[in-house]
Amino acid sequence: MKSRSINIFANLDWILVILYFAFVFTGWINIYSAVLDQDHSSIFDMSQKYGKQLSFIIAGLGLIFIILMLDGKFYERFSSVIYFVSLLSLVGLFVFGKKVGGATSWYAIGSSFSIQPSEFAKFATALAVAKFISIPSFSLKKVKYQYMIFAIIMLPALIIIPQPDPGSALVYVSFLFVLYREGLNSNYMTLAFLTAFLFILSIPFDYKTLILIFSISLIIYIIYQKQRGKPIVKLFLYLTYIIVFLTSVDYVYNNILEDRHRNRLEVLLGMKHDPTGVGYNQHQSMVAIGSGGFNGKGFLKGTQTKGDFVPEQSTDFIFCTVGEEWGFVGSASFIIIFSFFIGYLLYKSEKQKLVFSRIYGYSTAMIFFFHFAINIAMVMGIAPVIGIPLPFYSYGGSSLWGFTILLFIFIKLDSENKSIL
Amino acid sequence: MNRKIFSFLMLFIVMIIFLIRLFYIQIVNDSYKFESDKNSRQKIKLYPDRGYIYDRNNILLVSNQPAYDLMVIPRKVKNIDTLKFCKLINITKERYIKRMKRVKSYSWRKPSVFIGELSKENFAFFQEKMFKFPGFYIQKKTLRKYPFKSAPNVLGYVGEVSSWMLKKDTSGFYRQGDQIGIAGIEKSYEKELRGQRGVKYVVVDVHNRVQGRYEQGDYDTIPVNGADIKSTIDIFLQQYGEKLMTNKRGGIVAIEPGTGEILASITAPSYDPNLLIGRKRSKNYSKLLSQDGKPLFDRGLLAQYPPGSPFKIINALVALQVGAITENTGFTCHHGFRHGSLHVKCHCGIYDRPQKLNSAILRSCNNYFSTSYKLSIEQYPTTEEGFRVWSEHVKSFGLGKYLNNDLPTGRKGLVPNTQLYDKVYGKGRWRPTYNISNAIGQGELLVTPIQLANMTAAVANKGYYYTPHIVKNIGENSVENTRFANRINTTVDPKYFPAVIQGMIDVFEPGGTGWASRIPGMKIAGKTGTAENPHGQDHSIFIAFAPADNPKIAIAVFVENGYWGSRWAAPISTLMIEKYLTGEVKRKRLEKKIIEGSLQNEYNKQKNH
Repeated sequence: MKSRSINIFANLDWILVILYFAFVFTGWINIYSAVLDQDHSSIFDMSQKYGKQLSFIIAGLGLIFIILMLDGKFYERFSSVIYFVSLLSLVGLFVFGKKVGGATSWYAIGSSFSIQPSEFAKFATALAVAKFISIPSFSLKKVKYQYMIFAIIMLPALIIIPQPDPGSALVYVSFLFVLYREGLNSNYMTLAFLTAFLFILSIPFDYKTLILIFSISLIIYIIYQKQRGKPIVKLFLYLTYIIVFLTSVDYVYNNILEDRHRNRLEVLLGMKHDPTGVGYNQHQSMVAIGSGGFNGKGFLKGTQTKGDFVPEQSTDFIFCTVGEEWGFVGSASFIIIFSFFIGYLLYKSEKQKLVFSRIYGYSTAMIFFFHFAINIAMVMGIAPVIGIPLPFYSYGGSSLWGFTILLFIFIKLDSENKSIL
Repeated sequence: MNRKIFSFLMLFIVMIIFLIRLFYIQIVNDSYKFESDKNSRQKIKLYPDRGYIYDRNNILLVSNQPAYDLMVIPRKVKNIDTLKFCKLINITKERYIKRMKRVKSYSWRKPSVFIGELSKENFAFFQEKMFKFPGFYIQKKTLRKYPFKSAPNVLGYVGEVSSWMLKKDTSGFYRQGDQIGIAGIEKSYEKELRGQRGVKYVVVDVHNRVQGRYEQGDYDTIPVNGADIKSTIDIFLQQYGEKLMTNKRGGIVAIEPGTGEILASITAPSYDPNLLIGRKRSKNYSKLLSQDGKPLFDRGLLAQYPPGSPFKIINALVALQVGAITENTGFTCHHGFRHGSLHVKCHCGIYDRPQKLNSAILRSCNNYFSTSYKLSIEQYPTTEEGFRVWSEHVKSFGLGKYLNNDLPTGRKGLVPNTQLYDKVYGKGRWRPTYNISNAIGQGELLVTPIQLANMTAAVANKGYYYTPHIVKNIGENSVENTRFANRINTTVDPKYFPAVIQGMIDVFEPGGTGWASRIPGMKIAGKTGTAENPHGQDHSIFIAFAPADNPKIAIAVFVENGYWGSRWAAPISTLMIEKYLTGEVKRKRLEKKIIEGSLQNEYNKQKNH
């Protein structure tokens, strides 16, 4: 027993561990700045978000300890159990869930503490995906397995969407990249990108015009490629998809989406200029970041940050504080370091000898990537407002613990990589 | 494409996009910086000190005093000892609860006045213990202060700008809650007194709570204090006049003939200007508004009375000018002026022989002036033309029109014109005898005390006047270069004045109507008047200027229901003159008699009617 407790720190990837603590600490500092007011200035004040965040961080240390204590094999063996428990916790929300900010995504524990199961479903799904793909008989070439793996990924997302929490559900798209890495037919990727592209295009343009444009360009393309003739069938399939999609998107956009969704999209696409209404959050957040200039205004000196101009500043919009107070120097450093962190995770995943560990690591990296990309793009006004936290930075116990578990399971798996021959 | 590279590539592209975007919004595009400042920067107007007002001898009449409002931000009030707090500022618990409720209903976050204008003691007590009461603080503001309980009608007062004033103000200078001059000098010299506001930029949060200075105050401007104003008023003369008018009603205006400067402008009854300061203003104002004798009504400028006998001076001058009489023309008075059934009574006392101009003035002979008035108009082929000429001559003394001076209020008075009588009698169907009362200052004629004082100054100057004005200097600049320095000529030739003035001097000789009010050793020119008043006792009127050879002061006094000219107005005029010219009143008995004399019974009678 004694030897095990010493051993938990053996072979740890200290780069990841140090990056983790660096992110968590600077995140906490920024939360402090974002919510600070004159009445409560102690950074340890437990009635304030930064005080609570500190307690989440400390509790996170406990989680880390437990994760590292357990054997790497445990995660592989119990992945399906963890996955099903996670699914149950999501389903349970429909019965026991508590509504916070319009979404029933929380379990209330006591009077002041809530937990968000969707934050934990991510690592559970990652474990399940890793486990399923690593089964020797599994092949992405087989449509049967494709359906199964899609089901594993889509199930939590489909439960999360009606809560409604589209941001959390969107993260599951990140697994598509994992599957692609593992050999999924590239048509799926093309289709995914095409879908996203078309959806955005369909907002400013009339769908009939778009269909016409695509049809004409296809015909021109075919005429040019006359000699080869081979991909014509595939191209026609794509065109059919485009026509069906655009027509249905038009229907969805006008009949299923609510006004608030439409407004957000339209503001983002510059079809509406509305800095005081729907676009308020995003406009204020860009003002906050933009006003940081090269050097930033300095720690605790952000006028936008201090002024409570940006709603949700300690959670989804925490990057505003970084941008405003630390300027281009600070926020560019953050973007580079965080990109390095994800890149390093990808690199480490490729180094894994076990398929399970590789896929899990890859999923981890992609989940972080999605959060990072969508959150920062949203805060900087290049994506619509989608409620999604910035890993380690955004305030909140569930998301911090979810990401901590996600990362440290990989660190644990990686620590055992060397001993595998 | 190598699938292992794909994710790295995607990550790299996203990173680059983010860095470019970041570079763009943080460094290239500075509109966000500007926006940010707009959001979090607040412009605070810095209020300059309002200019002081001095009298003509540099005695301070209006200054500023600090006042302390006890402010509260309800949100920040936590765990305070309410009982102690109430004791400290000397209010009841009920009042505290009531105020707190009221303040909270306005706003939790924004500061409100909890108790306005703390007394000095309460302020001192509270200041010491303030730290025990979070959420409460003291806000300093500036109020006017009047060292003399005098001249409220001249000085005016300041108050909060009203919403209709805000609407009218096109300069955009004022904002809700600003102070503005509402009457008197405060109103007419508002622009000079108010000064120039400064600006301070502070950093605020979304609830407009101040977080600190903006850019170390680089964009701030310092307020420029208002200009001090030197009034033409002699405060001691003003005070003296107010004292003489104790328990009497009426108006006194004294003017320096050589400049048109108003030396005193008195209305009685008056009030203490300190009543109209700060928060107690509106309460006191409505009290004054309903008070007996209407102290807020400036009789010196606004009350229109028939001029009575002093107007005979003008009639004499017009008659001389149009050639109806010479100074040696004599008329015999038969106890009045008779024309057909018309009879204007006269008590001049000389009924057996013709009376010349001089005697007619000093005895105020009604017959003489009625006759000369009739002759003046008959100098012209038609009554209409004759009357029009007469009317123009009268108006050239500043009567029947606005003086267009620097006082915010005034009245036109009335000098009748031909149309008025055309309307009553029909065009061409009236003759001077129809309005013979104009000859003796009755009938349709109406003047304000300031108009009468100005007319007196024009006589003293032998044919011209300067627009009466109340301000001598604005800051370092005198108003001499302005329109007030323009001499306004009357239409009567200066050569006709000496004979009339001699008559006015002789008023103070034995047998003259002003004999009892003479000042031994001083040559004064004056004229008594009694204006008939259908509502009660006649008004007592007097005009005078002195010294007669080199006039330094011209004065007009109206005492409502003062029986006759020599009873109240004449002694008041000469006491004022004595006070102004010698600095000391030697006729103590007369002074005492006048100050102690009261017409209150007369006023009470009118009230009961």
